[in-house]
Amino acid sequence: MNDKLYKILLFVAALIVPIVCGGVLYALVTDAYEAFEYFGFFNFLTSSEWSYTEGAEHYGALPFITGTLMTTLLALVFCIPFSLPVALFVGEYFKGSKVASVLSTVTDLLAGIPSIIYGLWGFYTLRPLIMALNISPQGSGILTASLVLAIMIVPYAASLSAEFIKMVPNDLKEGAYSLGATRAEVIRKVVFPVAGSGIFSSYILAIGRALGETMTVTMLIGNTNNVPDSITSTGNSMASIIANQFGEADDLRLSSLIAIGLILFLITAFINMIGKIMIKRARIA
Amino acid sequence: MESVTPILEFNKTCVSYTKQTMAVKYVSAAIDRNTITAIMGPSGCGKSTLLRAVNLMHNLYPNIRVDGEILLNGENILSMEPIDVRHRVGMVFQRPAPFPTMSIYDNVLSGYALNGIRLSKTEKDETVERCLKNVALWDEVKDVLNKKGTFLSGGQQQRLCIARALAMKPDILLMDEPTSALDPIATAHIEKLMLELQKEVTILIVTHNMGQAMRISSKSMFMYLGELVEYGDTATMFSNPSDERTKAYLTGQMG
Amino acid sequence: MEKLKIRNRLAKDKAMLWTVCFFAALTAVPLFAILGEVFLRGYDQFSWSFFTEPTPTAYKAMKAIEAGKPIPGGIANGIVGTMLMLGMAAVVAIPIGILCGAFLAENPKNRFVQTVSYLTDLLQGTPSVIIGIVVYIWVVVPMKGYSAVAGSVALFIMMLPLIIRSTEETLKILPASLKEAGLALGGNRARVMLKVQLPAAFGGIFTGVLLAISRVIGETAPLMFTALGCSFIRFAIDKPISAVPLLIWEFFNDPNLQELIWGASLFLLLFVLTLNLTAKYLAKKWNQ
Repeated sequence: MNDKLYKILLFVAALIVPIVCGGVLYALVTDAYEAFEYFGFFNFLTSSEWSYTEGAEHYGALPFITGTLMTTLLALVFCIPFSLPVALFVGEYFKGSKVASVLSTVTDLLAGIPSIIYGLWGFYTLRPLIMALNISPQGSGILTASLVLAIMIVPYAASLSAEFIKMVPNDLKEGAYSLGATRAEVIRKVVFPVAGSGIFSSYILAIGRALGETMTVTMLIGNTNNVPDSITSTGNSMASIIANQFGEADDLRLSSLIAIGLILFLITAFINMIGKIMIKRARIA
Repeated sequence: MESVTPILEFNKTCVSYTKQTMAVKYVSAAIDRNTITAIMGPSGCGKSTLLRAVNLMHNLYPNIRVDGEILLNGENILSMEPIDVRHRVGMVFQRPAPFPTMSIYDNVLSGYALNGIRLSKTEKDETVERCLKNVALWDEVKDVLNKKGTFLSGGQQQRLCIARALAMKPDILLMDEPTSALDPIATAHIEKLMLELQKEVTILIVTHNMGQAMRISSKSMFMYLGELVEYGDTATMFSNPSDERTKAYLTGQMG
Repeated sequence: MEKLKIRNRLAKDKAMLWTVCFFAALTAVPLFAILGEVFLRGYDQFSWSFFTEPTPTAYKAMKAIEAGKPIPGGIANGIVGTMLMLGMAAVVAIPIGILCGAFLAENPKNRFVQTVSYLTDLLQGTPSVIIGIVVYIWVVVPMKGYSAVAGSVALFIMMLPLIIRSTEETLKILPASLKEAGLALGGNRARVMLKVQLPAAFGGIFTGVLLAISRVIGETAPLMFTALGCSFIRFAIDKPISAVPLLIWEFFNDPNLQELIWGASLFLLLFVLTLNLTAKYLAKKWNQ
């Protein structure tokens, strides 16, 4: 095979990526069009009604956008107190040691558990616990889903943050120690400020993962179609309403679900893009 | 009559990385107040290791052991709290490394911030001005104090790091090849500075540059394979070394 | 020295260390809780028939429960479906992914390369449920029915970016001298890639493929709208087919079949985590 043919072969193979991405966007946009046209784009986003009574069908995405934002942000809040210590443990305190690699393996395994199994565990272990603690009567809801979601994103946030914490130059840390700082002070006043933008961007990417997480949320969020009014109430996320209703939907409802899919796709793509750009900048700096 | 306690005294100081290999072997020497003492030797002779031990840098790395005594004003620092020791002993490293997230102003005061010591606004301003004047950086940066320290040139960054160490008013300033990453002009600047500074602080400098040792130091140590081979007046050592190994090194017959 | 507040600061330093250790250790709790629960509730369902027989109908299961007997049947239909779809997806995704990864590693950063690189990230970050919708639109609707093909297209799209990235990264860290030596000996670029670079990168790419498989094997949502599920063992690629995660979802929703959840989950979990650990182990070994 000559060089030219080889180059063409690689090029053709690489073309498949833009083709698939273009296809994804094209399919979503064409099939979501009906819903957007029927309800109006802005109306669809802000309407909180989701009723499929024949003749009076009305679909709006607001409950699910709210549900997604609530579960994601709450998951982020629950995730930080665990992922940050893990990152410090692996990237600073026990950098390169055996215990650190054990902890890394633990978080890697956590990342490997399929989301449906997280859902089962949440449903059969965490949900009864939430009921027993009288936090919410039905056990499932935004809070339950977020708690499990938090566990699921800890590995991503932690491993990426640890990478940035590890990259803080030894020169700077020794400089700070030589002035008399304790390790805690070095971490707070040198490591965090220097690795800050990298750590921040790893949380953005963790959000990107949480946004689209489907099965766990579907099994735990309670599947009701109104705007959740508190963190213990039930709801649906964008991904979970799709998982729940896609199989049985047709016509306008199907198009509305695809429209929700399109919105979710765009939000996730946007968050991931910001995260990646920030990571690149943080790596260069 | 001249029996003033030396400011720093090594007493059979040993540093080892593993049980078998000793990087510094039984070094004993006394350093006089307000002098510049150069530590020379081929790379790997233990000169940096010895210097770092004075600032208890080895405490950061659990496998490094230091034995013997290092006396600061007669007190053994190896049994003192590192925070306390490092407060009295400043250190300047090979590569200039101002804190990149802090302004020039904050970099000078970083020792206070890191140690959680609060200063009033006027104290801060005074300290910054005094220290930057001490390192002859004031005129160059007084209008850009709020810029990040990393904006400065390499030589300026190193002077900023010296100012940062001086701000804590240390008794001793340790310098670990402070000019090896700098160009000749910046090096000359810093050497001039050191000669000025010895009025206020005792300087211990590791250097692989014999010319530098000759230009600035009053006393010199020559180390080889972890041992202190020779210690004495710089002028005497350079003109008439008493040990064959020192002679070989000074005449360039050794790496 | 009083102003240094040494004691206070050392106490804080220690407190921080212990807090970090405590919360880091807490992170291991869910892992062991999940592993423990799935193992304890699932291991006694493992039997020969669990792996060789298809899922019972709800009626049969109900009968068995009424008679106080264990539910007959197993998850063979799911295992077959998973293997079939995964096999088809991998056969296409591995060569294309490697070629595409080679494209990204070999070419200078022009606009097209950067676009492909960015879109690979985009694809990797796309929620799997959306891949399910899209494959439904692309494949299920035109074919007028759910099928194993549709399921494998979904798995293919999810595996592709993972294989591309691992290939690209592995090729990029190979010493440039390797390629130069190959070219200097007169090989053309295709030959050098095939005979020198890819063999040298084999370890990294293989690890990447294993990780990609372990990542998609537990995917449920995209298969719900593409493969749908099927209660008997089937090898046809144009008909609905089952998969292990789909079965777990079915069991979760069918009160009569709930007994089977844990066995199926344990199987899936063991499979995924073994693949995962193997990949990590191999990566470490090849890195040395």
